[in-house]
Amino acid sequence: MIEIKGLKKSFGDKQVLKGIDANFEEGKSNMIIGSSGSGKTVLMKCVVGLLKPDAGSILYDGRDFVTMKYGQKRILRQEIGMLFQYSALFDSMTVEENVAFPLKLFTKYTKKQIDDRVNFCLDRVNLPGENKKNIDEISGGMKKRVGIARAIALNPKYLFCDEPNSGLDPLTAQVIDKLIKEITLEFRTTTIINTHDMNSVLEYGDCIIYLHEGLKHWEGTPAEIRNTKDARLRDFIYAAQFMKDTIV
Amino acid sequence: MRFFFFFGQYLLLLRNTFSKPEQRSIYMRRIFDESQAIGVESLGIVAIVSVFIGAVTTINTSYQLVSSWIPDSVIGQIVSDSTILELSPTIASLVLAGKIGSNIATEIGTMRVSEQIDALEVMGVNSAGYLVLPKIIAALFMLPALIIISMLLSILGGYLVGMYAGIVAPDHFLSGAQSTFKVFTFVFAMIKTVTFAFLISSVSSYQGYYADGGSIEVGRASTRAVVYSSVLILLFDYILAQLIL
Repeated sequence: MIEIKGLKKSFGDKQVLKGIDANFEEGKSNMIIGSSGSGKTVLMKCVVGLLKPDAGSILYDGRDFVTMKYGQKRILRQEIGMLFQYSALFDSMTVEENVAFPLKLFTKYTKKQIDDRVNFCLDRVNLPGENKKNIDEISGGMKKRVGIARAIALNPKYLFCDEPNSGLDPLTAQVIDKLIKEITLEFRTTTIINTHDMNSVLEYGDCIIYLHEGLKHWEGTPAEIRNTKDARLRDFIYAAQFMKDTIV
Repeated sequence: MRFFFFFGQYLLLLRNTFSKPEQRSIYMRRIFDESQAIGVESLGIVAIVSVFIGAVTTINTSYQLVSSWIPDSVIGQIVSDSTILELSPTIASLVLAGKIGSNIATEIGTMRVSEQIDALEVMGVNSAGYLVLPKIIAALFMLPALIIISMLLSILGGYLVGMYAGIVAPDHFLSGAQSTFKVFTFVFAMIKTVTFAFLISSVSSYQGYYADGGSIEVGRASTRAVVYSSVLILLFDYILAQLIL
């Protein structure tokens, strides 16, 4: 479980996060939604430690990430897997080298054990036999899947996904959503997903947080969000005409 | 004030770069890969530049020595001394600042804007150590090797032009080149080279590491890497000459 308390972050005069409190539960897909500039990405970057918050605390199963020493942070980070918006795969490496990278750095596995784990992870994301391909030889959807395979290589307790569907066609997007959901349930990870895709929010989300202008404006489940009376949230989730037609 | 901000940022990057590495075996492989990119792949351009430096120095020296009282062997002397003391370490390093510096800044800058550095950080990898340290170590070993090759090729270029253009007899050229050779000159050239290697690799890495934005910013970082490395090479060339000679 990840608990966030009073998280604030500013860039110069601009306060992006104005004091966010949130709980992200284990074994659930926790969705963060909000319009562009609402602070979703900054929130995720603070939680994974890419940005240092100005105030507040981030508790990973009770361990405060903000006040931790560098060495403790490094150990905790080995429990974190992250899927980046554009996959962030190392383009100088092959598919299997990308997945093996954290294993080589942080485990004492033999070559055979690393190969086995890489094959398991690639099988899990439905990419068996693609080990030797270079990153520039595979499609956007495959890159996302390799990104997921790399993220789960160390068997993480916490999985972060930043816009996992961006740039993907609807069918591939659904495959990725389904895969993240399955992994969350199978490995009981605390999964946090930043997304704009309302289909994935409604179909695969367990808990949803809506950010507006740096504050948590709403929190609930997919069933609750469908029937919300909050005008601002309704404007956001039913921005597309066909969604409005569906609800009417 | 901006200078102090950037200088402080550069020092912080160096501190992180030289902190304890995660897995030595992976670092060793990266150092070999970087040595290939920085050293072996720069051999061609260094060879071309060096041969022409020596050839042109021979012609220029012969043109300026108009008195028949001055022996031909002086040409070999001047070509050898100026090559070892100044031309090879400085000119070749300036050329390498262009080739290696832009390469390093573009590579690291692209990794920054494509979130690959963020991916390393999230995994708990010291990204500065992983990316920058192998480049600095490779540069510190490979640049002196390249400059020694450059010195030899430059003297060879001067020798061949002197011989085939009828400027100086081969034995006169060689005796002149050998007559004033001092070990100290060579040591000084190596001190300069190691300093330039550190400047090129660290400044270019710094420019790439803190690139922010998209492809345009990566291009700018690459340009800054070359310009700043070149200016620093000239500045430290002067400082070292003033201090040591």
